[in-house]
Amino acid sequence: MFKRLSDHGAKTVRFTFDGQTVSAREGDTVAAALFAAGYASIRKTPVHLSERGPFCMMGACYDCLVEIDGITVQACMTPVRPGLVVNRAAPAHTFSGDAG
Amino acid sequence: MCPSVMETEFAIIGGGVVGLSVAYGLRKLGKQVTVFDEGDTAFRASRGNFGLVWVQSKGLNQPAYARWTRRSAAAWRDFSDELSRQTGEDLKLVQNGGYIFHLDEEELDAERKKYEQLKTELGGDYPFEVMGANALKREEPHIGPKVAGALFCAEDGHVNPLGLLRSLADAGRKSGVVFHVNSKVTEITPAVGGFDIRVGSSRAYFAEKVVLTAGLGAMQLGPSLGFRTPIRPQQGQVLITEKMPKLLNRPSVEIRQVDEGGIQIGATKAEIGLEDGETLQETAKLARHAIDILPALAKAKLVRSWAALRIMSPDGLPIYQRSGSCPGAYFITCHSGITLAAAHSEFLPKWITGEADAPDLSVFGEERFDVQAAQ
Repeated sequence: MFKRLSDHGAKTVRFTFDGQTVSAREGDTVAAALFAAGYASIRKTPVHLSERGPFCMMGACYDCLVEIDGITVQACMTPVRPGLVVNRAAPAHTFSGDAG
Repeated sequence: MCPSVMETEFAIIGGGVVGLSVAYGLRKLGKQVTVFDEGDTAFRASRGNFGLVWVQSKGLNQPAYARWTRRSAAAWRDFSDELSRQTGEDLKLVQNGGYIFHLDEEELDAERKKYEQLKTELGGDYPFEVMGANALKREEPHIGPKVAGALFCAEDGHVNPLGLLRSLADAGRKSGVVFHVNSKVTEITPAVGGFDIRVGSSRAYFAEKVVLTAGLGAMQLGPSLGFRTPIRPQQGQVLITEKMPKLLNRPSVEIRQVDEGGIQIGATKAEIGLEDGETLQETAKLARHAIDILPALAKAKLVRSWAALRIMSPDGLPIYQRSGSCPGAYFITCHSGITLAAAHSEFLPKWITGEADAPDLSVFGEERFDVQAAQ
C-alpha cells in the first residue's frame, strides 16, 4: 500500500508488533513503520470488535492505539526504538448485550 | 416593530431532562406544551450527570422518597422502550442491580443498619443485600483487595444520560411539543388568566400555566411566582477512561462502565457556588479511589474529565410545589433527574393537571423547610 522514498538513507531499527519483527527506519513513528510493513488494521475496538488502523497520523483520531508496557498509546505519536515491544491494544472481547 | 404575543397552555421553563420529561408527559395527556430553553450556555446538569437509575440509599431519612424513587425505577423499562419506539434511539438502559462499595467493614455495617431501618419503616418492602468481599469477588472478579464489601440492590441500574436528553427532545418534538431554544426566560409575571413570559429583552409570550423546571435558573425566576426556591449548586466532578474490556458487570454509585466501554468515575461534592471548572487535585483523588476499587485502572488512560452542578435542596430531596400566591404555577426541581425521569413523565403530569390518580407528593413541598427552621 505504501512505498518508502528510496533516497531516505536512515538507519534500520527493528521492533516487534504482536511478536513479529518489524523493520523500520530511524525517525519513523510506530504507525508509519506498521504501514510501511504492510499492516492496515492494527487493532479491534474493545466493544464492537471492528477493525481499526492508523488514520490521521497526527495524534487527533485515536484510531491507531497500541499497547506498549501495558499502557495504551497512539502509534502515530510514538517513535520507534530498537527492541520496542508493541502489542495490539484491545484485549479479549468480553462485552455482551446483556451486560452480564 | 411590534413584538407579537404567542400563547400556550403550558410553558415549561427549562429544557433539561426534568423539563423535557414533564413536557413529554403533559403532551401525552393532550395538553398544549411549549418549552423555553436557555441553550447550551446554561449550567446544564442534564449534560454532566453520572447516568444512574438508582434506588439504594435514596430516602434513608424519608421513606416517601424511597417509594417514589422505586416507582420511577420500576417504570423506567417501559419509559425507555417507548422513547426508543418514538425516536429509534437505544438508551442503553440496564437494570441488573448495582453496588455501593465500602473499603471499611465497619462503615459497611453502619450503612447496612440504616438500610435495615428504612426497610422496617417501609414494612419490610425494601430489597437489598450485603455482600462480603468473597461474594463480591464472585460477581465482580476485577474488584481489588481493598474493597471490604458492598451493598447491593437488584433494582439499581444505569442508562446513557445524553441519549436520554436527546431522545426526550426528539420524542417531544414528534409528539407536538413546541420548542424555543436559545430562549432564556428573563421574567415571568402573573397576569389575568395566566402568565406573561419574557424571553431575552424583547420577545413576549403568554401561558395559562407555568412549570418552572429551570434547574439553578429557578433561583432567579422562582420568587416572582411565589416560590422560595431553596436550592443551591453543588459541584460534582466526573472522569472517563479510554474504552476498556469488560471490567465491571454492574454499576456502582462512584464507578460504572458505560455502554461504549469507558469507565466513568465520580463524583466529588464541592460547595463552591456557580463554578463548573474541574481541578487536577480532585481528578487525582477520584482516580486514586477508582484504582483502589478496580486496580486494573492503574494503567488506563484518562480521556476526559468534567464538572457539573447538582441542584440541591436543603435535604437533598426533590421539591414539587404548587404556587400558593400564583395559581397555575408549579415548581419542580431535584437532584436525581435521570432516576426520576420515568416518574416525571408518567406520574407527575397528573399531579400538575390534578387528575384523580395523581401521586401524593405533599411531603415534597417547600413548606417542609419552614418546619425544620422552626425546630
